[in-house]
Amino acid sequence: MNQARIGAWIATILGALYFVVPLIGTFEFSLRMRRGEYSFDAYRVVFGDPQFQATFAYSTLQALATIVVGVLLVVPTAYWIQLRLPKLRPVVEFITLMPLVIPAIVIVFGYIRLYNSSSILPMTASARATDLLLTFSYVTLALPYMYRAVDTGLRAIDVRTLTEAAENLGAGWPTILFKVILPNVRSAILSGAFLTFAVVIGEFTMASLLNRPAFGPYLQNIGANRAYEPSALAIIAFVVTWACMGLINVFGRGKQIKAAP
Amino acid sequence: MAFLALSDIRKNYGPQTVVHKFDLAVERGEFISFLGPSGCGKTTTLRMVAGFEVPTAGSIKIDGKEITRLHPNKRNVGMVFQSYALFPNMTVAENVAFGLKIAKKSAAEVKSRVEEMLNIVKLPHLAGRYPYQLSGGQQQRVALARAIAIKPQVLLLDEPLSALDAKIRVSLREEIRSLQRSLGITTIYVTHDQEEALSMSDRIVVMSEGRAEQIGTPFEIYNNPTTRFVASFVGTLNVLKGQALDPASGLMRVDGQEIVSAKPLPAAAGAECSVALRPEVATIGHPSIAVADGKNRMIGTIEEVSFLGSVVRIRVRFQENAIKLDVFNNPNAAPPERGAEVAVSFAREDVLVLEGGHA
Ligand SMILES: Nc1ncnc2c1ncn2[C@@H]1O[C@H](COP(=O)(O)OP(=O)(O)OP(=O)(O)O)[C@@H](O)[C@H]1O
Ligand SMILES: [Mg+2]
Repeated sequence: MNQARIGAWIATILGALYFVVPLIGTFEFSLRMRRGEYSFDAYRVVFGDPQFQATFAYSTLQALATIVVGVLLVVPTAYWIQLRLPKLRPVVEFITLMPLVIPAIVIVFGYIRLYNSSSILPMTASARATDLLLTFSYVTLALPYMYRAVDTGLRAIDVRTLTEAAENLGAGWPTILFKVILPNVRSAILSGAFLTFAVVIGEFTMASLLNRPAFGPYLQNIGANRAYEPSALAIIAFVVTWACMGLINVFGRGKQIKAAP
Repeated sequence: MAFLALSDIRKNYGPQTVVHKFDLAVERGEFISFLGPSGCGKTTTLRMVAGFEVPTAGSIKIDGKEITRLHPNKRNVGMVFQSYALFPNMTVAENVAFGLKIAKKSAAEVKSRVEEMLNIVKLPHLAGRYPYQLSGGQQQRVALARAIAIKPQVLLLDEPLSALDAKIRVSLREEIRSLQRSLGITTIYVTHDQEEALSMSDRIVVMSEGRAEQIGTPFEIYNNPTTRFVASFVGTLNVLKGQALDPASGLMRVDGQEIVSAKPLPAAAGAECSVALRPEVATIGHPSIAVADGKNRMIGTIEEVSFLGSVVRIRVRFQENAIKLDVFNNPNAAPPERGAEVAVSFAREDVLVLEGGHA
């Protein structure tokens, strides 16, 4: 083994340690709820907590709603940009990156100002409307990931020629979008969807400031008041996130559909 | 009346006019090729027939019906793309069925039509495959089946064979042509390959810089090109430059030797003038042998001999001018040597007198 290889190995191992050690530490701590022996008591408590179930279900539902709204917003937009307005692409890319630059707290204060109970559109006045507002704000948050994923997927197929081929065979736009374009960017949409899920499931700022019973604020609340359960939750959140990443990989690689050259 | 009529079509992109005053009348069942160099507007014209582009001016009619501004999915026109454009998420059978399902044909009808189409293009065994599992030639056959499945009034093909290798190109073009004949489908075929155009077409539209330079049968285009562009783009052309002596009788002088063309020369006596010869019209012989009366005869030196298989291409230089000519390979006689002096003879009728400036 030469010097460079050894160096690379050392760097890899150091990186892995940096990442794994705190994780192992957290995991180990989460097992110590019962005095003197390792147990999954903390997990049992967490899973048994009706609050956990309610908030996790709420956030999952939010994530799914976000994915649906996000896909319906992003796919036609990215498709249209690619097909008819390629000159606008840099502008749209810039816009979709904004949520990464603007802190969530700024966005949510903006929302509260715009949609408070004395505004024209008092969305924060009722819980259902606020849920909707939260979904939309999550769509915004997840926009960079969803747009990138879909745009990359669209670039991999010859959108224009496929559209023309379909039009030539008599297809109208709903057929083109749902039968031709969507199926061919399915894996890109899925990876966007899993990233969205990972972003939404643990989101704190927006849910907290809009005062919705989401998983993020629950995490924070438990973290501030309990000893072992937060570690168990951290591990659970970590596993969920990584499961999403794993699924991205599986679907990203799965049935590779090649576009015609 | 013509089945497909393009009248006075013009297309601008911004300030640039890419198709000018394009007129074409296609008869029912005819096979027309658009032939021309890259960027001459072939694709643009074809796309206007398909409806992907709207002409800036002029009108397009199919079977007497005005379709100039009709949306592509409302026209009954089939298109085959250079890049095949098969739907990657669908099998071969689903690709072919796509247009039929949109036309709301019954399931049984779709099934039988798909089978029929796949038989026609000789791919019934690949019905369940995905496009990425097919070779380029197979993909293009599927694209063809998909386009004709909907029984289009007009079939458009934009350089459908240019991404394929030479052997497949030749066999597939023969197949396309015989299929087109048996279905009697009116077809426009875009190509920049003159051999393709000459071998397949009923008529060829030779295009240059957005204009139809000449429209005619392959025989007319090759043997009676009306412009210098057509003559030089289709086939190999030898240009002889010289001085007109008696324009009315076609007499001129080239490198000190006199030749006569059957047609009058478009130049004043004493002025510079040029004519052209196809490589296959001239024969070479020994300078001592006299030629038939009335034939042109020029003495030159063999400059280069290239053996191409069935023909031997020989370049003969006079002084300023040189011409390439083709003779058939004769296994019992060695080809002429470089440096030998030869007599080149050709009929007066074979001298092409072209309009359109000097080459
Ligand atoms: N969408 C467009 N916008 C601007 N100019 C265009 C557009 N499409 C084509 N052109 C121009 O129109 C001219 C004709 O293009 P066209 O594609 O019809 O050529 P072509 O004969 O098909 O060439 P090729 O053999 O290379 O395919 C070209 O000069 C091209 O640059
Ligand atoms: Mg073209």
